[in-house]
Amino acid sequence: MLRYLLKRLLFMVPMLFGITLISFVVIHLVPGEPGALNAEMNPKMTKQVRERMRAFYGLDQPLHVQYWMWLKRVVKLDFGASFTPDKRPVIDKIKERLPITILINLLSMALIFLVGIPIGIYCARYKDSILDKALTSFVFAGYAAPTFWIALLLMMFFGVYLELLPISGIKSFNFSDLSFFDKTIDVTKHLILPVSISAFGGLAGISRYMKNSLLEVLRQEYITTAYAKGLPESMVLKKHALRNALLPVITILGLSVPGLIGGSVIFESIFSIPGMGQLFYMSVMARDYPTIMGILVIGAFLTLLGNLIADVSYALADPRIRIG
Amino acid sequence: MLSRYSLIFILLVFLFPGCSQQKGTTSYDDPGRPAYGDMIVMASIGEASNLIPLLSTDSASHDITGLIYNGLVKYDKDLNIVGDLAESWDISKDGLAITFHLKKGVKWHDGRPFTARDVMYTYGVTVDPKTPTAYAGDFQLVKKAEVLDDHTFRATYDKPFAPALISWAAAIMPAHLLEGKDITESPLARKPVGTGPFVFREWVPGDRIILAANRDYFEGRPYIDRYMMRVIPDSATMFLELKHYGIDMMDLAPLQFLKQTDYPRFKKEYNKFKYLAFLYTYLGFNLKHGLFKDKRVRQAISCAIDKKEIIDGVLLGLGEEATGPFTPNMWAYNGSVKRYPYSKEKALALLKEAGYEKGPGGILQKNGSPFEFTVLVNQGNTVRIQCAELIQRRLSEVGITMKIRVLEWASLINEFIDKRNFDAVILGWAITPEPDPYDLWHSSKQGPKELNFVSFENKEVDELIVKARHTFDREARKRYYGRFQEIIAEEAPYVFLFYPYATVAVHKRFKGIEPAAAGLMYDFIKWYVPENQRRYTTNAALSP
Repeated sequence: MLRYLLKRLLFMVPMLFGITLISFVVIHLVPGEPGALNAEMNPKMTKQVRERMRAFYGLDQPLHVQYWMWLKRVVKLDFGASFTPDKRPVIDKIKERLPITILINLLSMALIFLVGIPIGIYCARYKDSILDKALTSFVFAGYAAPTFWIALLLMMFFGVYLELLPISGIKSFNFSDLSFFDKTIDVTKHLILPVSISAFGGLAGISRYMKNSLLEVLRQEYITTAYAKGLPESMVLKKHALRNALLPVITILGLSVPGLIGGSVIFESIFSIPGMGQLFYMSVMARDYPTIMGILVIGAFLTLLGNLIADVSYALADPRIRIG
Repeated sequence: MLSRYSLIFILLVFLFPGCSQQKGTTSYDDPGRPAYGDMIVMASIGEASNLIPLLSTDSASHDITGLIYNGLVKYDKDLNIVGDLAESWDISKDGLAITFHLKKGVKWHDGRPFTARDVMYTYGVTVDPKTPTAYAGDFQLVKKAEVLDDHTFRATYDKPFAPALISWAAAIMPAHLLEGKDITESPLARKPVGTGPFVFREWVPGDRIILAANRDYFEGRPYIDRYMMRVIPDSATMFLELKHYGIDMMDLAPLQFLKQTDYPRFKKEYNKFKYLAFLYTYLGFNLKHGLFKDKRVRQAISCAIDKKEIIDGVLLGLGEEATGPFTPNMWAYNGSVKRYPYSKEKALALLKEAGYEKGPGGILQKNGSPFEFTVLVNQGNTVRIQCAELIQRRLSEVGITMKIRVLEWASLINEFIDKRNFDAVILGWAITPEPDPYDLWHSSKQGPKELNFVSFENKEVDELIVKARHTFDREARKRYYGRFQEIIAEEAPYVFLFYPYATVAVHKRFKGIEPAAAGLMYDFIKWYVPENQRRYTTNAALSP
């Protein structure tokens, strides 16, 4: 097992290298240059000024030299400074945006599991009942409907008409004047819509997964045996069927790890949440290479790590799978 | 289990409303008396990037720094150049030297006095090759800059240069905080110190920037105590926030201005303003392209396009027909140039004169090749795309096939405009109130990345532009620019489509707003909220 782990970890190094190389080349292929230079069609931007700025950011070097300079810094875990005019360290930019994204993703993931799993169980147990069909339609509606559209409708309904919930942002103006209790309420109110809407879209996957997995298990002979020895239905479901059916669902958790730091652009823009999705989008629009690369490297690392965790936990949970 | 908890949770939330704003109860029609207090909440699609104005080019940063810093001169409400940090200035007889007499007793926000040394530093750092700034161009023409005494500063030029004066509207930076340091590493980028009417307070990254009134401002303390700029990246959300009273001021799209805000509750709470912006949208021809070398063809297309239809259909009437490269609110504007009223017959006659005949299917032909070209438009700009569609239809009526190609901004500029690889393009220019058409229309400005990308060449225009640049006599400049506009109208290198209106909603509790040629914000420090209509108490905006 230990040898397997080490091997997998070692394999991650060339993989990460490959990912960074490809991403680096691809983002430099995109037409346009970093934001500060992107004063296209600006009469004040003379040719000398343009050349000066290119040299300032090292963009006058050939691509492989740029990549080498970047790589030398990254192995020391230094992501460099952003190419946008604020020129702040990339790591600071990521750090200040990460908590809110992780919070929202964790909450919505919890909500998805808490709501999706019971829905799946119900749908499997009472397959083809009216409620099963209704729930299935409901989760698929959530999956299919565009988030921005639902978000705007709910914002109008709860924000403008009922005036119950705030429309955007994560804190009110008078946040600092509030007591601790009111602050909690304030943040909660701001989070209700974003969290529930992002969870709504994810319900379909997990509930279908749960349903199919449970149906599969319910067909097994040991379930028939359990019924035959006279166990009550709730016992059969809880003790025998559910435990086995939950195994594959748990591995999904491992696969969701990289998703935790990725925010949705559309979603964060609509609710004006200063999170990772927006940061990434803005960096791409501004051709802010160091920030793009920073986010990609962290994302790639977490994806690889998440895969590893998923594989390992699978092996741990299911003795039939052998590795190493 | 779950539903029970979530019910309690929801109840908890709704039972304790965290914050509530005063709204809908007071009448805002009473003009009241000027009073100090309250806060104005603005919104911006993008976040400010760098609060050292030399180093940023985005509008969010400049909106903020415009309130924190001053230049030596500024525009007044009628777009005359008046003193800001400069009390007065003299221009030497030969027009080569400008001597600024600076205001005395002006203090930086940290209490240090403002002197000519600050001006000198600002000039020096702007032209320093190590500074990555987009604004070095105008200052590079200065031959010699000198500090005569603490409150006198002189800039000397090689040639008299009329746009020089307004180039001193650039924000003056505090020398005592920056001298001898690398400006790109300065903490002032996130925590500016200026001389302006507002003092920097707080920046919550990705969320908001807060400024507070400068009580010692040399033109008097602003009535509004606080200024907040929120980042709201989605324009639909921004509009909902406006309807919800979450923000106080917003630029509206034509449909929002005319229809979506046309209900009593909105009108009770907001004033809407419309004024001419310094913008125009045009259809530009690549004059190197065979089709458009002939002036008559360009004039014919000008006649074939119905500008009124575009303004009514695309802008819902919120714009004026454009006649040339200057807007009507500029002193240099010449309204009596040649116009091209919509006339299909005239267009056909001109095209016939140029040698085009109707061929099969009503398509115009010359020597067997059909009249066909592609117009480029940038993605996401619905107004320009809709213009292209209307133009397409009008041109097909005279037998011209126009294709529309929508491209992402960066590739439109880099791959097509910069390489001169286009037939025609729909774009817009934002211009400065102080005219200087040199970069756009002088024939020397056709190099790569330069802005005369339509390759316009006209000897007389070149001369007029240069002459107008090198005299400070406004009457003479007006004559030169008048003639310049006549030639441009006659030559029709662009079809000037329209001047759009800026359309803005401002909450009614703000009084003292007078739209003028310079827009709305020129005397922001005089805006006030009467005491009985105040919404925010003093500390409301600061986070711990």
